[in-house]
Amino acid sequence: MIQFNQTSKRYPGGHDALLNLSLDIESGEMVFLTGHSGAGKSTFLKLVALLERPSRGQLIVNGQNLAKIGRGKIPYFRRNIGIIFQDHQLLFDRTVYDNVALPLIIQGLPRAEVGKRVRAALDKVGLLKKEKVYPITLSGGEQQRVGIARAVVHKPALLLADEPTGNLDPQLSWEIMQTFEQFSQVGVTVVVASHDLDLISRMQNRILVLKDGQLIGDSKQVARA
Amino acid sequence: MNTRNSPRRENTYAGRVGVMTSLHGYLMSHLQAFVYSLGQLWRAPLSMVMTAAVIGIALALPTGLNVLLNNAQQLSGQWGNAVQISLFLKGGVSPARAHELQKNLQRMPEISQVDFISPEQALEEFKRLSGFGDALKALDENPLPAVLVIQPSLATRDHVALENLLQRLRGLQDVDVAQLDENWLRRLSAIMSFVQRGLFLLSGMLALAVILVVGNTIRLAIQNRRDEIVVIKLIGGTDAFIRRPFLYTGLWYGLMGAGIAYLLIAIALFLLSGPVQELSSLYQSKFDLLAIDFRTLASLLVVSVLLGLGGSWLAVGRHLREIEPR
Ligand SMILES: Nc1ncnc2c1ncn2[C@@H]1O[C@H](COP(=O)(O)OP(=O)(O)O)[C@@H](O)[C@H]1O
Ligand SMILES: [Mg+2]
Repeated sequence: MIQFNQTSKRYPGGHDALLNLSLDIESGEMVFLTGHSGAGKSTFLKLVALLERPSRGQLIVNGQNLAKIGRGKIPYFRRNIGIIFQDHQLLFDRTVYDNVALPLIIQGLPRAEVGKRVRAALDKVGLLKKEKVYPITLSGGEQQRVGIARAVVHKPALLLADEPTGNLDPQLSWEIMQTFEQFSQVGVTVVVASHDLDLISRMQNRILVLKDGQLIGDSKQVARA
Repeated sequence: MNTRNSPRRENTYAGRVGVMTSLHGYLMSHLQAFVYSLGQLWRAPLSMVMTAAVIGIALALPTGLNVLLNNAQQLSGQWGNAVQISLFLKGGVSPARAHELQKNLQRMPEISQVDFISPEQALEEFKRLSGFGDALKALDENPLPAVLVIQPSLATRDHVALENLLQRLRGLQDVDVAQLDENWLRRLSAIMSFVQRGLFLLSGMLALAVILVVGNTIRLAIQNRRDEIVVIKLIGGTDAFIRRPFLYTGLWYGLMGAGIAYLLIAIALFLLSGPVQELSSLYQSKFDLLAIDFRTLASLLVVSVLLGLGGSWLAVGRHLREIEPR
């Protein structure tokens, strides 16, 4: 599903956020991406979501060489991905329902279909009763779950989460990880960036460790770098 | 890697939605953007009204002047039919001879009508119009000559024919001066084309102003909704999808601007109709101010909407690209 091939990312200013990264993530796998702050976890996810472009090397996602995807094709590429952020990125002037519906609206889905999908997604994260409220009235954990519902409502093949449990207590964090696990069990590829080593070690998933932009550990022992 | 033919990919909505459904979805999304953008405008009614009013005033000016110009043209058209030649008769010509001359002239094919104004009538009229009545009483002799006022026939309205007729009339024995009352008409039409040119330039400048006003308003709207744009880009919203509500906002501004412009012109015409009636009664002519006609109204609407769309298009093109998720 994701294939890094001697991939590097150098930001303007000359800093190498990722250096010669080579690795494979299979379809349906759930992977943790860990490392200290500044190790390059966010950059990794941004490259996969085409929020940034590699400065060197190759990156193949979902069978597509990202170098070949022009600016106009990026939206269609992103429709296969669900992205979850630490800061939720919810729209506070819309209800929970409207936030979650947004990915379906931009794809021009019929209204009835939108309603069914949104409720299914909200049900999955346990927020079905909150569809009419505004996100501002929700707790941090609930807001994060709205973000997750929005990221999965269009059934993406790939789910990317950047520090999704950053501000949550251990119990909530654990529940959210369980939700991700469920998605991966139905075939969704999940990549979670997190420096919560305690949480990660309790899960039974593959772990990639980044340091200064380089892969220094892979629990699957298939790193080729 | 079994990525390329992953069953999940076909399972996304983009892959599953049929052609009819997606066409329907496309139209629906336009309708939604149309209504949604109006809803967004209503959230800040004051700034909406102010922007629309600026557009309305900017459009009312040239449109209103154009309506007035149409009126003036209609008026000069009426007067254009009234091209006439004044024959001032020599001092010694008796009233009987003058009437004789009137009858002879009446028979000429180039002439449709001849009116006789005696020196006494001329003096009366002069007193009435000039307001010098008392001063003129001091004269013990009437200084004014008798006048024959000639309306050329319709066939004699062109310049060459009029000039020929004038030469012949000047050759008449009893005629002192023959004068074609036409110069002021020529001047009027020259002034009118000058005004028209000026109006054209003014319209161009005001159109530019409308584009800038709409462009600036939309630029602010884009900045206010930066977060929303970022999120929509993150989840795969196309540029067209993001652009749409802003373009419809521009369209709404165009529509409202046209409405306000129409209102302003209607009010102005109403306020002018009284004085115009008075004026026209002074000139003993019947003249009703023309209302704004359908063609002007239609072009006001079209131009206004195009300017609104154009302004928002410019703003959207310039500022939407700058906003990218990071
Ligand atoms: N937009 C940017 N411009 C310049 N440097 C950046 C940018 N984003 C991240 N960096 C740098 O790249 C490195 C990796 O950052 P990041 O991928 O955010 O790490 P992490 O998410 O693991 O904390 C850091 O040193 C950071 O300062
Ligand atoms: Mg980070």
